[in-house]
Amino acid sequence: MKNEKLNQAYNAYVEARIPKTKPWPSLFNAFWVGGLVCLLGQGINELLLYLFPSMAEQSAWSWTLVILIFIASFLTAIGVYDKIGKFAGGGTIVPITGFSNSISSPAIEFKHEGIIYGTCVKMFSVAGPVIVSGVVASIVVGLIYFIVGLI
Amino acid sequence: MEYLWVFLIGGLICMLGQVLIITTKITSARILVLFVMIGVVLQAFNIFDPISRFAQAGVNVPIIGFGASLAKGAMSAVESRGLLGAFTGGLEATAAGIAAAVGFAFLFSLIFKSKTK
Repeated sequence: MKNEKLNQAYNAYVEARIPKTKPWPSLFNAFWVGGLVCLLGQGINELLLYLFPSMAEQSAWSWTLVILIFIASFLTAIGVYDKIGKFAGGGTIVPITGFSNSISSPAIEFKHEGIIYGTCVKMFSVAGPVIVSGVVASIVVGLIYFIVGLI
Repeated sequence: MEYLWVFLIGGLICMLGQVLIITTKITSARILVLFVMIGVVLQAFNIFDPISRFAQAGVNVPIIGFGASLAKGAMSAVESRGLLGAFTGGLEATAAGIAAAVGFAFLFSLIFKSKTK
């Protein structure tokens, strides 16, 4: 009984202390920053196809993602990505750059715990679930596609 | 005009992520997983390609595109190698992205120190 009251008081305290993000501006910021990241990807993709006309479309997309991932990883390392992230929220999480940031950020942050147990283990704390769920889902899709093909 | 669609669709997908953050206090790991799954499902039902031809980077840069590549890789590998493709296809198609993210993260973690202190 007493515990319950304490919990309630604590929850109210936490609720009051959580930094409030104003919903409307944050939606707008997520929109235009996310849109710009996609536009940057489109620009890189078209520049690649312009510079290397013989490049296959699929390879150009892979290169585009690799370049975006590099940029995001570097911006994370110099501490800029987190600042943009505070401002744009979903606009920096949802693009592939957010995936890159989710690996780079803990890799650098936990460096002081050692290369193996810090960097190598912690770099997958967010990306791990993403890769696991993605790989499992792709196997399931492949299996279903195989079975449907048999029928 | 083409760029306007890239911007609008990419922006809307990211805004959808922000809507989830505001309304459900969802963590970024869950958002990434959710959007990858959306991509997998869209590709599995062959809806992704028509959208992709139209929106280009607007759907390929968001992590939805990563999910779609996973599923697309598995499907086309099943066509070329049979059952084994279900296991090889997904990671093959996304290998560049995963390896780049891990490789650059490792490289920069050796060079830079944490700024968040």
